[in-house]
Amino acid sequence: MYRGKYSVIIPFLAPPLILYAVFVLYPYAQAMYVSLTHWSGVSPTPQFVGLRNFARLVRDDYFWNALSHNLIYLAVLPASILALGFFFAFLLTQGVRGAGFYRIVYFFPQVMSVVAVGVLWSFVYHPTLGLLNGFLRLIGIQNPPVWLGNPSTALLAVGAVVIWQAVGFYTVFFIAGMESIPTTYYEAARLDGATGWHLFRHITLPLLWENVRVAAVFLAIGALDMFGIVQTMTEGGPSRATDVLGTYLYENAFKHSQFGYATAIAVTLFVLVLALSLLVMRATVRETVEY
Amino acid sequence: MISTQETRARTLPRKRQAERVTQLKGAVSRLAIQASLWIWAILVVFPFVWMIYTSFKTDQEIFFSPWSLPQTPRWDNFVRAWTKAHIGQYFFNSLVVVVPSVIFTLLFSAMAAYVLARFPFRGNRLILYIFISGMMFPIFLGLVPLFFLLQRLSLLNTFFGLILVYIAYSLPFSIFFLTGFFKTLPSELHEAAIVDGTNQWQAFFLIMLPLAQPGLVTIGVFNVLGMWNQFVLPLVLMSDNTKYLLTQGLAYMLHQQYYMNDWSGLFAAVVIVMLPTLLTYSLFQGRIQKGLTVGALKG
Repeated sequence: MYRGKYSVIIPFLAPPLILYAVFVLYPYAQAMYVSLTHWSGVSPTPQFVGLRNFARLVRDDYFWNALSHNLIYLAVLPASILALGFFFAFLLTQGVRGAGFYRIVYFFPQVMSVVAVGVLWSFVYHPTLGLLNGFLRLIGIQNPPVWLGNPSTALLAVGAVVIWQAVGFYTVFFIAGMESIPTTYYEAARLDGATGWHLFRHITLPLLWENVRVAAVFLAIGALDMFGIVQTMTEGGPSRATDVLGTYLYENAFKHSQFGYATAIAVTLFVLVLALSLLVMRATVRETVEY
Repeated sequence: MISTQETRARTLPRKRQAERVTQLKGAVSRLAIQASLWIWAILVVFPFVWMIYTSFKTDQEIFFSPWSLPQTPRWDNFVRAWTKAHIGQYFFNSLVVVVPSVIFTLLFSAMAAYVLARFPFRGNRLILYIFISGMMFPIFLGLVPLFFLLQRLSLLNTFFGLILVYIAYSLPFSIFFLTGFFKTLPSELHEAAIVDGTNQWQAFFLIMLPLAQPGLVTIGVFNVLGMWNQFVLPLVLMSDNTKYLLTQGLAYMLHQQYYMNDWSGLFAAVVIVMLPTLLTYSLFQGRIQKGLTVGALKG
């Protein structure tokens, strides 16, 4: 069966490997080096400056401002999305009529481009012609906030959109997990007198814990990697009220041509993502429940 | 790969739903459940519905009565979005990039996954890990070097360059997914063919690849959606605004709006952008849901 295998192995692996090595691996590797340089793209070669970019980063108020927003999102978004996702997954596995319909509907925002979602919600949030303020005025609120234009509401407003887009995905994700738990477990527990909450705490939650961990890591990474939605809706404004590491990095690279510095931010982001993933995995370790 | 979970969920669907122990009993709970489900469903659907009927309104209608339905449907909004706002151009550009990218991503990842899944050889695991590890890195990390790399290769701001990049970055997940899939295919046909004298290439293209069709369709749909919606890569690599793809074109339109004031055109543009995604989703939503969530569960 494996006769002449190298006549396939090499030609089949070569094109993908080459493309991947050139356009993915090489830039990633080079990034490590570029972060140690000063480079504005004018001279053909970057100028090595050691750790100066990182020192600058530590003293940069805008960097900390962006990071603080990522951290706020990290604190709020994963928890809300997981809670809502779990809540709806739970409801939809209770033998409710039309569960399939709800799944289809809830999942839809996830399939949209982050730009389309961002533009849609920019409209919804628009102070005068927007859906939200129109609704608020209808119920009597005279001067509804300028959601995206006001530094004190912008961060929250963008966060709400992220939640809106993500809940459906995690709902479906948890349903898939819940459906693989054998009903016999629930029946046996019921025979022993267990009630709803007990069933949830002692059967559903432990058996779904691995799924929760995966979801938690994805969401945590997502909170740090935010870019598209912010860039579309506010570009980091107003007055940097919604700036995140992704948008700050983008601005430094492509608006100010500070390529070395921007890459240093990217490397920092990468390290943070790694550290965070490890942390979340460690913090959510439980004894694996076999079935 | 998907088999155990899917077959369990699929073999006794109806019976399981009914048997599925209602953990909250009583009419009140049922009402509360339905209400919650309805509220979220409205929250999800209504913004889209609003956007669609608003795209048929005039600018005045949009400004002065955000909630009302249009007097007469203004199809010219769509025409304006397509031509004056260049959405037609952006749509075409996206097609030019996404179609070849998907085709070649499928081809290359199927080839690589096939070999990695079914042939033992030195370095097999290592190569697989090298591909899969690509999924762990944020795309930001390589963005600046990638930009300059393309510049050096004179591929910056070209569709060809963008296609190569799209393929390269889609390989990790596609190979990851298809490797799992190829592992589940039976070997008998392959073995029989080789014994009969077909060479390995023919065995792949004529026998194993057709067998892989379900997996290819799933990962194909996934790639179509992902690439159609891709934002960062064209944003960074395409600077000529006649070459913008749909996503960045739309963002560009939005940011320009504050000077142009063609709100109705902008709404129409977003509806146009959303249509292919809506279409793909309605056709393939089952696969999409399963594919995305199973990929995550396995990962």
